[in-house]
Amino acid sequence: MTRIDLTRYPVIKFFLKNRWPQLLVFAALLAGFLFAIFAGFFGTPVGNHNYSIVFVWIAWWAILILAAVPFFGRGWCAVCPIPLPGEWLQRGAILEPTSSTNGLTLGRRWPNPLRNIWMQNISFTLVALFSSVILTMPVVTAVVLAAMLFMAIGLSMVFERRAFCRYLCPVGGFIGLYSQTSPIELRVKTTQACVNCKDKPCYRGSEDGYGCPWQVFPGGLQKNSFCGLCLECLRTCPVDNIAVNLRPFSVDLAIPSKRLDEAYKAFIMLGAAMIYAGVLLGPWGVLKDAAYGIGSYAWFAYAGIFLTAIFILLPALYALAVKAGMFLEKRSIALKPAFATMSAVLIPLGLMFWVAFSLAFVFTNATYILAVLSDPLGWGWDLVGTASIAWQPLLTGILAPSQTLALVGGMLWSARTAQKIAGEMGINPLPVIGYCLLATLVMLGLLL
Amino acid sequence: MKREIATRILILAFCLSVIVIPLALRNRTLTLHARMPENGGWTPLAIQAVAGEPLHLRLTSDDVVHSFAVGQLDMDPVDIMPGKITEVTLLFDQPGTYTFYCTRWCGINHWRMRGTIEVSGTGSQPTPAAVPLYVVLGLDIDSPHPAPETPSRIPSPVRGEQLAETLFLADFSTQEYYRTHSPYQLYADLESTGLDAASRWDVVSYLWDSQVTPQGIMDGERLYAQNCAACHGEKGAGDGVFADQLAASGEVAAKTMHGVMTAQRPTDFTNAENILGASPALLQGKLVRGGMGTGMPMWGVIFTDEQSWNLIAYLYSFQFPYLFQGVNQ
Repeated sequence: MTRIDLTRYPVIKFFLKNRWPQLLVFAALLAGFLFAIFAGFFGTPVGNHNYSIVFVWIAWWAILILAAVPFFGRGWCAVCPIPLPGEWLQRGAILEPTSSTNGLTLGRRWPNPLRNIWMQNISFTLVALFSSVILTMPVVTAVVLAAMLFMAIGLSMVFERRAFCRYLCPVGGFIGLYSQTSPIELRVKTTQACVNCKDKPCYRGSEDGYGCPWQVFPGGLQKNSFCGLCLECLRTCPVDNIAVNLRPFSVDLAIPSKRLDEAYKAFIMLGAAMIYAGVLLGPWGVLKDAAYGIGSYAWFAYAGIFLTAIFILLPALYALAVKAGMFLEKRSIALKPAFATMSAVLIPLGLMFWVAFSLAFVFTNATYILAVLSDPLGWGWDLVGTASIAWQPLLTGILAPSQTLALVGGMLWSARTAQKIAGEMGINPLPVIGYCLLATLVMLGLLL
Repeated sequence: MKREIATRILILAFCLSVIVIPLALRNRTLTLHARMPENGGWTPLAIQAVAGEPLHLRLTSDDVVHSFAVGQLDMDPVDIMPGKITEVTLLFDQPGTYTFYCTRWCGINHWRMRGTIEVSGTGSQPTPAAVPLYVVLGLDIDSPHPAPETPSRIPSPVRGEQLAETLFLADFSTQEYYRTHSPYQLYADLESTGLDAASRWDVVSYLWDSQVTPQGIMDGERLYAQNCAACHGEKGAGDGVFADQLAASGEVAAKTMHGVMTAQRPTDFTNAENILGASPALLQGKLVRGGMGTGMPMWGVIFTDEQSWNLIAYLYSFQFPYLFQGVNQ
C-alpha cells in the first residue's frame, strides 16, 4: 500500500522534530484554553457572545470534526494544551528532557482493570448527557474545562505519563476511534530496527526526548487509536526509524479491534450524533426542554432513552445484524468477537454523521465567531471592529447538499468497509449494510 | 537550563497575560445587568447618583432582550441586547428616588423588573408627590364597580356632538366632573335631558372625547402598548400574551408572593360593564397603587401624573371611539 514518509522532506522533519514549534502552539493554545475558563466565569453569561462557548463549541469543534480528525487523526492531541501543566509538574521540565527526578509525581502505573477506554466511554457519555447545558452556558463550560485541566494535572501527579489523555479524556476517546480513518499515521520504518534496539528510548525516554507519554511502544504500532502524535519517539529514536506517513484513508479499518470497549465507543458516537441531531437541531421543543431540564422528570426520561438507545438498542440491533450475516453464510463463530470486530464498520458512518451534524450548526453559528473575536467577554469591546456583525447563517444553499453528500458518502464508505471485514470473517455483510442504511436514513430525516 | 527557565517564564507570562490584560482593560463604568425576574432581575438593584451630575451606565442583558427606562423621567426606553453593551447617560435635576424598569415583555414576571436610583443632592429638595385624586375622594378602588346599564350600540361622539348642541351641559363638561364620575354616572345624570338611552351614551362619548387631546391619546396608546398590552391585550380584551400564563400560574405566583397573590385574569377593557362603571379617578387609583393581590403592578412610581391621565383616557377608547386620527376602534 502506498505511503509517503513525510520525514523524508528536511523542512517537514525539522518542524516535526524540533521542540519549539510544537511548544509555541502548546503555549498559545494553553493561553486560549485558560482564557476560555476565564471567559466562562467572568464574561457574559450569554453563550453566543462568550468566547468560551463560541470558540470552544463552535470554532474548535468545527476545526476538530471537519478538519483535524478526518485529515490528521490525533493531530489535535499533538497540540492539545490540557496535559501541558500536569506534564510540566510530572517531568519537572517543560522544554528540555532531564534526567533529574525533581518531577512532582508518584509515578504509579495505571491500574490494569482500567487499561481500556471504558472510562472514556463513560466520560463522553456524561458530557453528552449534559451537553445541552454545557454547550450553552459559559459558566458550565468553564467548569468542565477547568475540571478536565485539574484532572489531567492530578492524574499526572499520581500516575506515570499522560493517564488522563490515554484513559479518561472524553474527547480523546472518539478522536482515537476516528483517527483510524485518517490519512496520517506514525509508524516505524522497520520493526527489525526496534527489535535490535536495546534501550528502547522511544518508550523509556532519553536525553533527546521523553518516553512515549501515551504508553505506546512505537515498534508495535499497527493502528492510530492510541498514538497521540506527540512526536517524542521521532526525537528519541537513535536510528531514525520513525516515519510520519501520508497514507490512504481508513487503512486501520483493515485490522479491526476485537475489544468491546472500542466497539461501544462506535455505538456511543453513532447514537450521540443521531440524538444531538434530534435534540439540538430538530424542531421538537419538548425534546429540547427535556434535555435542558436537568434533574426534572423529563430529563430523567430523556437520559433513560439516551442511555438505552446508545448502550442497548443500537448495539442489540447491530448484534442481530451480525448474527443474521453469520446465519446467511451458515457460519458458526462466537458472536461477541464478531460483533466487536464488525463494529469497525460504524467508524466511517459515525464520523460522517458527526461531520453532517457539525456542518449544520457551524454554518448556522459561524458569524458569532467574528463578533466574539472583537468582544470575547461581552464587555463592550470592539478589538478588531467586528463586534457589531449581526448573526446570519452562512452557506445555507449548500448546507443540505453537503450534509447529504457526507451521509451518503459515509454510508458507502461503511458498506465498503463491511464488505472487506465481513469477507475476511466469512459472514454476509448485507444485514450490517442494511443497518447502516437504516441509520443513514434516520439521520437524513433528522437533519434535512 | 537557561532555555528551560526562559521557556517557563514565557509560557507563564503568556498564560497570565490572557487574564491580566482583560482585567486591566475592563471598563470601570457601572454595568447594569438585566435578567428575567426569575433569573434575578436587575443587578445591581439600587444605583446611587447625584442631582445635576451625569450618571453613565453600561447596560447589558444576560438572557433575553430587555429595555431600560426610568420612571418620571423624560427619556425614550433603551433596548438592551443579550451579551452586548449599551451605554446611556442620565441627568437628574431633582434629588429623590427614581424607579428604573424594563419595557420589553421579557416574561410573565416582566413587570417585576424594577430597581431604584437614589439621587442625592444638596440643592433643591425633592418635590413631594401630589396626593392622588382617588385618595382625596376616598374611593374604595377594590370594590366592584360594574355599570348597571351599558350601551346597546357603539356610542358615537359625532352624534353626541350634534345632540349636545341642543342641551345645556356646562356642569358635565368640566375636567373635575370628568375625572370624578364614571361614564355610567354621567349617563345617569343625563336622564333629565329626556334623551333615549342610546342618545345619552352618544352624548357621554362626546363629553369624554372633549376631555382629551390627540397628543394625549397617542401618548396613552404608546404607554398602553409598552406597559399594559402584555397582560390586558393589544385590543384591551384581557387576552395579552401573558394572560393565560398569569391565570395558569396562580398557585406558583401565590407561593412566590408569599401567599398574598391570587390568580386573576387581567381586566377586559372591552367589557362595557367593567370600564363604564369606573371613573378616571378610580382607574387612576388602580393604576398608581396597583391591584393588590391581583398581579396588577404599581405604576405610580413610573408614570407622571399627565401620563396616568393620558393612559386612562386611552382605556376608555375601548368603549368610546375618539374622533382623533390614529385612534382605532
